[in-house]
Amino acid sequence: MNAQPRPAMAAEKKKPLGKGQIVLIVVMCLFVLICTLPFINVIAVSLSSKSAILRGAVSFWPVEFTTKAYDVIFSDKSMFRSLLFTIEITVIYTVLAMALTILMAFPLTMKRLHGRKFFMMFVVFTMYFSGGTIPIYLNIKELGLLDNMWSLILPGLVSTFNVIILRNFFSGLPYELNEAAYIDGANDFQVLLQIYLPLSFSSLATLSLFYAVGKWNSFSDALYYITSRDLQPLQLKLYNLIKGSQAVEVTVAEGNANDLSASVSESIESATIIFATLPILVVYPFVQRYFVAGVTMGAVKG
Amino acid sequence: MTAIGRKKRKKESWIRRDWRLYLMLAIPVAWYLIFCYKPMTGLVIAFQKYNIFKGIAGSQWVGLENFRFVFGMRDFGIALRNTLVLNFLDLLFGFPVPIILAIMLNEMRTPKIKRVTQTMLYLPHFLSWVIIGGMVLEIFAPTSGVINATLLRLGLIEQNIPFLTDGNAWRFTYVLVGVWQSMGWGTILYLAAITGLDMNLFEAARIDGANKMQQIWHVTLPGIRSTIVVLLIMNVGRMMSIGFDRPFIIGNTVVQDACDVISTFVYRAGIKNNQFARATAIGLFQSVVGLVLITAANFTSRLFDEQGIW
Repeated sequence: MNAQPRPAMAAEKKKPLGKGQIVLIVVMCLFVLICTLPFINVIAVSLSSKSAILRGAVSFWPVEFTTKAYDVIFSDKSMFRSLLFTIEITVIYTVLAMALTILMAFPLTMKRLHGRKFFMMFVVFTMYFSGGTIPIYLNIKELGLLDNMWSLILPGLVSTFNVIILRNFFSGLPYELNEAAYIDGANDFQVLLQIYLPLSFSSLATLSLFYAVGKWNSFSDALYYITSRDLQPLQLKLYNLIKGSQAVEVTVAEGNANDLSASVSESIESATIIFATLPILVVYPFVQRYFVAGVTMGAVKG
Repeated sequence: MTAIGRKKRKKESWIRRDWRLYLMLAIPVAWYLIFCYKPMTGLVIAFQKYNIFKGIAGSQWVGLENFRFVFGMRDFGIALRNTLVLNFLDLLFGFPVPIILAIMLNEMRTPKIKRVTQTMLYLPHFLSWVIIGGMVLEIFAPTSGVINATLLRLGLIEQNIPFLTDGNAWRFTYVLVGVWQSMGWGTILYLAAITGLDMNLFEAARIDGANKMQQIWHVTLPGIRSTIVVLLIMNVGRMMSIGFDRPFIIGNTVVQDACDVISTFVYRAGIKNNQFARATAIGLFQSVVGLVLITAANFTSRLFDEQGIW
């Protein structure tokens, strides 16, 4: 009798999937398909011929395979310039944003700081109220930053949300650590650089990623502030391309344009979408866990 | 030492002690002043007949004239209505999906499959609206788009569905794409809440003979109720604000009356047509109503959960 439950348990381990689990997996697979099929379709379109796309023959596999669209993109120097420019502003933005976020969050952690409450209010208030699109635009204009690379970097530099996440994380570090450091004669700069920052590597990585992805994907700042072609980040360039072909599509839908012009851009548009998504897709699997950690960090009450 | 002397000494000492901290603060505080607080002072042009060459100091004050003008505009009424309608539809269809997904993810007993599923579900959140918009345009296009093409081929429809060119169909597309983009990412907070539940509760329910469905209904859902309520209230609090990218990129001129929202209206009026004062008036109206809503929401959620967002 004593030995009876054991084989039963072992058998259960061997056959871990009940009917419910299988149904669940099937349902979740459907959701995964919903999330991925659009990409597969866009990839298929980017590799298909014009006529096949127009007939509506392309679904999830290239029809009449061709890499013409990619040839067009890769021979377009402005696309690469735009890519490099986007990388450049993303890097500068992320570095500066992290520096300012740390400089704001660290003093706010120190309970002995006079005016800490005031500075906290000063920061948090901006989450509830802002000047809004037009006053911010006019501010950039007054500062002479319109159509300047820095208009893409400076206006949204610090995210108050990230400041608070980092402050909460810093506050969670044991206070004895910096007390010991102060007794040893370390000053605030040293405490920050040699104790706090090394201990918060994963938080810093998470916030950097938040900033970097946010900048990589940002579109409206470039739309508002940038007019010259040389300063177009990838998103704006892609948008202009899509808008161009959409105008054609709408006229096609209204029945007063020839279909051919629409398809010229269909595959190129798809290829550009893939081109612009690729950097995200490449790094995404490796950094995903940091993002998830960041969201739950933000939910901790400060 | 006299009391005053001690006080003075104390004051000197905290400055001497903490000047490094204030030095650190100086840089981000300067940024906040220039890029957050200075634009707030720029809001006064909502009450001016603002002339960009004369600046705020030289422009004429007109009281509520700009607000009166803007509230009388047909397009503003449409933008306001669309903002509320689209946000409401988003809430109605977008809010429950992450809860259901989170519960299903939590029930998965196959860690590897679960992890892959999560990775895939989170992915759309990391794409820009430009990229999503580009995909939407292709996938929902008439004839060449995969959805219309497939439905036509299967004989389920006889004519293309005008996903992007009919007002109501466009609203459907907008909401669908929003749910698609955010459903996976939205599960994270719920998953964290479920993980924090006391496992003994499930054990007890199981011993009492509760099946999976009953456990979900009587243990999981009540356990994450406060998370659900707080997030719901916060969403209601954000009813007046709407992102710019999504309606702007998915929208087009054919469905202007369905897709024009406050943010896109402000962009068009202000930056495109240089109606700075009027656009600022709209923005100020939106900010103030939004502030009232979010404060009320935060207050209400405190009643439910003891904790607001901060």
